[in-house]
Amino acid sequence: MDIHEYQAKEVLSKFGVLIPQGALAYSPEQAAYRAREMGGERWVVKAQIHAGGRGKAGGVKVCDSDVEIQEATEEMFGKKLVTHQTGPEGKGIYRVYVEAAVPIDREIYLGFVLDRTSQRVMIVASAEGGMEIEEISAERPDSIVRATVEPAVGLQEFQCREIAFKLGIEASMVQQMVRTLQACYRAFTELDATMVEINPLIVTGDNRIMALDAKMTFDDNALFRHPQISELRDKSQEDPRESRAADRGLSYVGLDGNIGCIVNGAGLAMATMDTIKLAGGEPANFLDIGGGATPERVAKAFRLVLSDSNVQAVLVNIFAGINRCDWVAEGVVQALREVEVDVPVIVRLAGTNVEEGQKILAESGLPLIRATTLMEAAERAVEAWQSDSKQRTDVRTV
Amino acid sequence: MSIFLDRDTKVIVQGITGKMARFHTKDMIEYGTNVVGGVVPGKGGEIVEGVPVFNTVKEAVAETGAEATLVFVPPPSAADSIMEAADAGIRYCVCITDGIPAQDMIRVKRYMYRYPKERRMVLTGPNCAGTISPGKALLGIMPGHIYLEGNVGIIGRSGTLGYEAAAQLKERGIGVSTSVGIGGDPINGSSFRDILEEFEKDPDTHVICMIGEIGGPQEAEAAEYIKQHISKPVVAYVAGLTAPKGRTMGHAGAIISAFGESASEKVEILSAAGVTVAENPAVIGETIASVMQ
Repeated sequence: MDIHEYQAKEVLSKFGVLIPQGALAYSPEQAAYRAREMGGERWVVKAQIHAGGRGKAGGVKVCDSDVEIQEATEEMFGKKLVTHQTGPEGKGIYRVYVEAAVPIDREIYLGFVLDRTSQRVMIVASAEGGMEIEEISAERPDSIVRATVEPAVGLQEFQCREIAFKLGIEASMVQQMVRTLQACYRAFTELDATMVEINPLIVTGDNRIMALDAKMTFDDNALFRHPQISELRDKSQEDPRESRAADRGLSYVGLDGNIGCIVNGAGLAMATMDTIKLAGGEPANFLDIGGGATPERVAKAFRLVLSDSNVQAVLVNIFAGINRCDWVAEGVVQALREVEVDVPVIVRLAGTNVEEGQKILAESGLPLIRATTLMEAAERAVEAWQSDSKQRTDVRTV
Repeated sequence: MSIFLDRDTKVIVQGITGKMARFHTKDMIEYGTNVVGGVVPGKGGEIVEGVPVFNTVKEAVAETGAEATLVFVPPPSAADSIMEAADAGIRYCVCITDGIPAQDMIRVKRYMYRYPKERRMVLTGPNCAGTISPGKALLGIMPGHIYLEGNVGIIGRSGTLGYEAAAQLKERGIGVSTSVGIGGDPINGSSFRDILEEFEKDPDTHVICMIGEIGGPQEAEAAEYIKQHISKPVVAYVAGLTAPKGRTMGHAGAIISAFGESASEKVEILSAAGVTVAENPAVIGETIASVMQ
């Protein structure tokens, strides 16, 4: 789960990371008021969306008066901000963070991630702050400092000192850097984060080390033990179909194609998408309905897949193990009687009791297209989609 | 022979009193697995599916001589259960549980390394379908009847995609020595490399099939190991060619975040290591058959 910059800053500051003075606003008027309240002469207003690259996309503005703040934020509120991380549809701006501008001496990149090679928490830092880490590793790979943390004892001071010296932090400020690194590590482990990124971490004109931006991602599997973090979820930043799916215990990712997929198991779901592509089609989604393909789940899955108006055919691919095919077939039939489906449906069942399953589908009287192998199912789906879209075009021409 | 599991391997089930655990315990016993007991704290003395329940793994090991365990415990306490098994002297642990926090798994792995290699438990999973040595024993939730006995060793991250491969093999009359699910989580007990090493040593495994997917460094790491150490033919399939970058595809571990983690990069790296790559999931069986000739 992702949270906003202002939330990440609040979390990190509780652990001891310094942050500039700032306040949240839900309207341009409130943003201007927040600046007056805070005082000072220069502020930065930042659109709060769950994506990076805001600066280049116009989501960060430096303002010298409350009038400027009002004008700048009027441009932001209610708009969709499109950055290189949001995809073409962008993310809606409903909150803006107003922050006191601070004099910057230098910028550092600092990230904490779960490293899958060492299977430990890894610190990634670079003296080239402000750039995206992808850019840094492409253009200045030598500037990247890495350290992994031994989980039994946690992050040690000497490791922090090594990082600080490698980044060229002045000796008088190394202890401050040690505290900042340890605060981030504690936040990371105590709250089950999977990523903490401070870019940039700055050294101010008056020798303070501060987080000018902050991003945190949390382990969904651990949210059960962090109710205060779960509360920070902002559904306005999620794809509505994906959050609806997640609320129903289904794993869904929307894509650009037009063949909807309903599959059990994540690996098989990806393999099904790949096979559709190979057969000349484009998958409309990833959807794993999980192990128990009950009628209720199948019905939910159909509703979800069909809520995407681009879907012109639906491919159901279930490998029944413990849940037998006959049972899954009944689920499909029941779901299709409940949910109005006006696009071709291709069903491929495999595994336990496959013959009985096929029989139930055949005898249901529903206009289903049946397939036995994965390749055949994908080919049938592409054919059905092509002839269906042709028919629709024909109707339009008539 | 087979790896990890044999007809005589004494198995316990942790969390045996749960509904799903009971169901699969019955299924495993019917398949012929030597299930000797279960562990649920506070339920010691009960009998489930004809086997005794113990309060602790140590007690179960002392009473039954258990060597392997199936962890069927809910996510909040699954990591603790795995460590309990490691400490009790269990040799092999399969963890089915889906949804264990990543940092719990970091702790589990660190804990297991406290034991010298000859006494260290092997863990496969979590978030996997389990391990089966067809005709001998089943430690997991897979449907036993889709596997024939034979000489192909299967290693896979995904459950149902592994079934797909086994079913394609069965259609061709090709059997499996052992199939091991390593799970879809970012931090897992054993990697492809670890299981490849076991299959290389197993005289009954003639061909190895790896079923990978997007995300993580373990397929690339396996490719490097295959080049240096594996003499047997290896066939691979990698799911997720159409998966977009930066999105998690169902498995917590299926997210592309670095070079070598996309399906096409993995295919390239594996091919360069001499692995025969099945172009699509429909031809996994066919590809294995072709290297067996």
